[in-house]
Amino acid sequence: MTAAVLFENVSRHFGAVKAVDAVDLEIAAGEFFAMLGPSGSGKTTCLRLMAGFEQPTGGHIEIFGETAEGVPPYRRSVNTVFQDYALFPHLSILDNVAYGLMVKGVGKSERRKAAEDALAMVKLPGYGQRRPGQLSGGQRQRVALARALVNKPKVLLLDEPLGALDLKLREQMQEELKSLQKSLGITFVFVTHDQGEALSMADRIAVFNDGKIQQLGTPEDIYKRPQTRFVADFVGSSNVLSSAICARLGVPAKAASLRPEAIAIGTSWAEQLSLPGTVTARSFLGATNRVSVDCNGEKIIVASPAAMPVPEIGADVQLAFSRNDLHLMEEA
Amino acid sequence: MRSDRSTTAPLGLKIAAIGGLAFLHIPILLIFLYAFTTEEKSYQFPPPGLTLQWFAVTWNRPDVWAALTLSVKVATIATAIALVLGTLCAAAVSQTRFFGRETISLLVILPIALPGIITGIALRSAFSMADIPFSFWTIVLGHATFCIVVVYNNAVARFRRVSGSLIEASMDLGADGFQTFRHIILPNIGTALLAGGMLAFALSFDEVIVTTFTGGQQSTLPIWMLEELIRPRQRPVTNVVAMVVMLVTFLPILAAYYLTRDGDQIAGAGK
Amino acid sequence: MSTLATPAAITPNRPGLTGRLSDFLWKHPHVLLVILLGPPVLWLGIIYLGSLFALLLQSFFSIDDFSGLISYEFTLSTYRQLLSDANFDIIVRTITMAAVVTIFSALIAFPIAYYAARYAKGKWKAVFYLGIMLPLWSSYLVKIYAWKLILAKEGILTWAFTKLHLLWLLDGWLALPIIGGNSLSVSYTGTFLVFVYVWMPFMILPIQAALERVPSNLIEASSDLGGTPQQTFRHVLFPLALPGIVAGSIFTFSLTLGDYIIPQIVGSSRLFIGQAVYAQQGTAGNIPLAAAFTVVPIVIMGLYLWMAKRMGAFDAL
Repeated sequence: MTAAVLFENVSRHFGAVKAVDAVDLEIAAGEFFAMLGPSGSGKTTCLRLMAGFEQPTGGHIEIFGETAEGVPPYRRSVNTVFQDYALFPHLSILDNVAYGLMVKGVGKSERRKAAEDALAMVKLPGYGQRRPGQLSGGQRQRVALARALVNKPKVLLLDEPLGALDLKLREQMQEELKSLQKSLGITFVFVTHDQGEALSMADRIAVFNDGKIQQLGTPEDIYKRPQTRFVADFVGSSNVLSSAICARLGVPAKAASLRPEAIAIGTSWAEQLSLPGTVTARSFLGATNRVSVDCNGEKIIVASPAAMPVPEIGADVQLAFSRNDLHLMEEA
Repeated sequence: MRSDRSTTAPLGLKIAAIGGLAFLHIPILLIFLYAFTTEEKSYQFPPPGLTLQWFAVTWNRPDVWAALTLSVKVATIATAIALVLGTLCAAAVSQTRFFGRETISLLVILPIALPGIITGIALRSAFSMADIPFSFWTIVLGHATFCIVVVYNNAVARFRRVSGSLIEASMDLGADGFQTFRHIILPNIGTALLAGGMLAFALSFDEVIVTTFTGGQQSTLPIWMLEELIRPRQRPVTNVVAMVVMLVTFLPILAAYYLTRDGDQIAGAGK
Repeated sequence: MSTLATPAAITPNRPGLTGRLSDFLWKHPHVLLVILLGPPVLWLGIIYLGSLFALLLQSFFSIDDFSGLISYEFTLSTYRQLLSDANFDIIVRTITMAAVVTIFSALIAFPIAYYAARYAKGKWKAVFYLGIMLPLWSSYLVKIYAWKLILAKEGILTWAFTKLHLLWLLDGWLALPIIGGNSLSVSYTGTFLVFVYVWMPFMILPIQAALERVPSNLIEASSDLGGTPQQTFRHVLFPLALPGIVAGSIFTFSLTLGDYIIPQIVGSSRLFIGQAVYAQQGTAGNIPLAAAFTVVPIVIMGLYLWMAKRMGAFDAL
């Protein structure tokens, strides 16, 4: 099957700044794909390369098997939901949504109908006559979504789509986006710096740093088996054990990652690995207690269920975990 | 403004601010008063009596009409040229990144930043060197040159507000460059251009220094006024003309204000 | 391919000229830039800069004393003439006037700008804005004319002084050397008043813009830390407003420097630079000297702009 988006060795350099550096990427048709990373990591530039707002300085881009470099944005069947929504302030909501059809020469009654349907799909029926300035942030976001989807794009790009919304609205939109994507079957590519958002919505995630993809995989892969220290740190703050500790555990490796919630304090079975340490800090986070333990000068974070007793600061404890939760990493 | 603890101004400041505004406005009010005075020979205050007869006298003066017509014609054509050139320049400066943007801004502002007499005498000596006779068009040429900056300032301020993502959004939705210009850029900068045009018109309508050097025998309304100022002949007619000129320039300024009031200010610093 | 119902991923070129042209310009943004910049740069570059350079070039020629014609030979004699005592006086007089006008403009403009920036709200903000804009934009000549009415011997000022029984004060003032004269309309005081009136509005908006960028919590922080209003003004407000004042002074200074109409209509017979230029190019027919005279404001404003830029005044424009 043809990939929805294909990057072959794609670079986008701005002078000496390598915003995107030799990236290979293949996004399958119908996939919900997330590009995750801190600001300046190259994820947004990748999105803009797909939309056609930027041109690669090297490499090759295909969209559904067709060469995309040198093709202006208006000739790509790719639409974008912008971070600031970019609704046209001088047009009504209906005219905003119908804009793409209007410039393609679709007749007036036909495009009105399509725009109204699209507004109904994003749960804003009857909002057509209002102006963008009269809507709330969440409603504007939905209009931006309808405006893109009404064109039946082959790929929908979303640039930090939920960044400006408050927490509750964000969770609600996450679910809606997910079900919308399922029912339409369109390839969604979205950019976010929020690891929780990426993990909960995406089929696959590419973690970006310094213009390169650090790791590409399913949310579970990324979360449980980070391959680099950056990914371990950025996605849910895994502990990274040094080679010295690995050696003490009888596991030869340059480094290994270990999730805080995979560690138990005090109990130890024969089939488990264990490490002695001293409690240096603890804080109550609701569902869990966050306990910092010093093991031979290395700090290890434990997420202990709130129901479990929490040792005092200064107490000597044993940390126990399964060998299966310890993931060896390539780099130190 | 912001969450101020002290919302009322100190008395001294209030008096200074109101006094300053009064200093700006009283002379203008005086112009309105003098248009009705019955006194013909001097600037006597208070006026010995009030009359409307000078309006009729002025109305029947062909030289005033000729000067007014010429001023309107010059201002209209100069504004049209300034609109095209100023908008092109503003679009280039705000929509693209290129080396030398600051130089372009400087170049546009220079004709107004340097004293008018320099612009005037430079154009005059260039015209005579190139053997171009002074005419209606030499006046227009000079006026358009310093009107560009007014349109440019207004357009740049608005372009800054039309975020780059609107243009990207339009292209993303399938509109090519021309469609984006017609459906997105033009409607969004339209009022700013109109405001810039109004101000350019007011600027040109009122200009006297450059016109002194670039005009031949024709006299625009300001030139007519200037002659009256240096050698007063018909004080009452001058009084009426002064009031009319004041009113004629107020209208485009008020219109420009209403066109641009939400958000950017009229680029008044560009006069 | 699984999704055949949707359109192709890449649509072909639009038919017709506009489609192809749009693609071409998108691919070659430099061509677009040249198209946009070409007309205005050619206009300003050729008509304006061209004339300006031609003028400056003339200042290096001289007038032949016998024939009265321009001799097109490179010489610095015109500049030597420019620095002769009589002409040097004109330069000093003009610069002094421009400086005094600028200082008084700033003094009058500051309270208006400060009030408008910090205390005027809602409707009053609009009233202030228009109250500044209307005089700024209203006719230059009419404004001068208004002052001719005011300063005339039989005008409102004399009337007001008489009513207040203060005529002795006015007469005393006019009896002073240099700034006095036969009447206000032929004295430096009169010239100065009109200059301030006509150019002061240009000072208000830049100061207001600079002051509006001062967060009010900065002022509160200063008084919170025990600063008296005077200290707050001197150490917080004034330094932050300074770029605005400098920006405004560019206008008041430059406009005063080059004006020849105001001193011609209201003032003594002693010349300012603008009048000298006008007289040299007109009645005297000495274009080289007129050109050399225009170099003075250009050089002064060049230095002034350079200094202003270093102080960050351009952000306040």
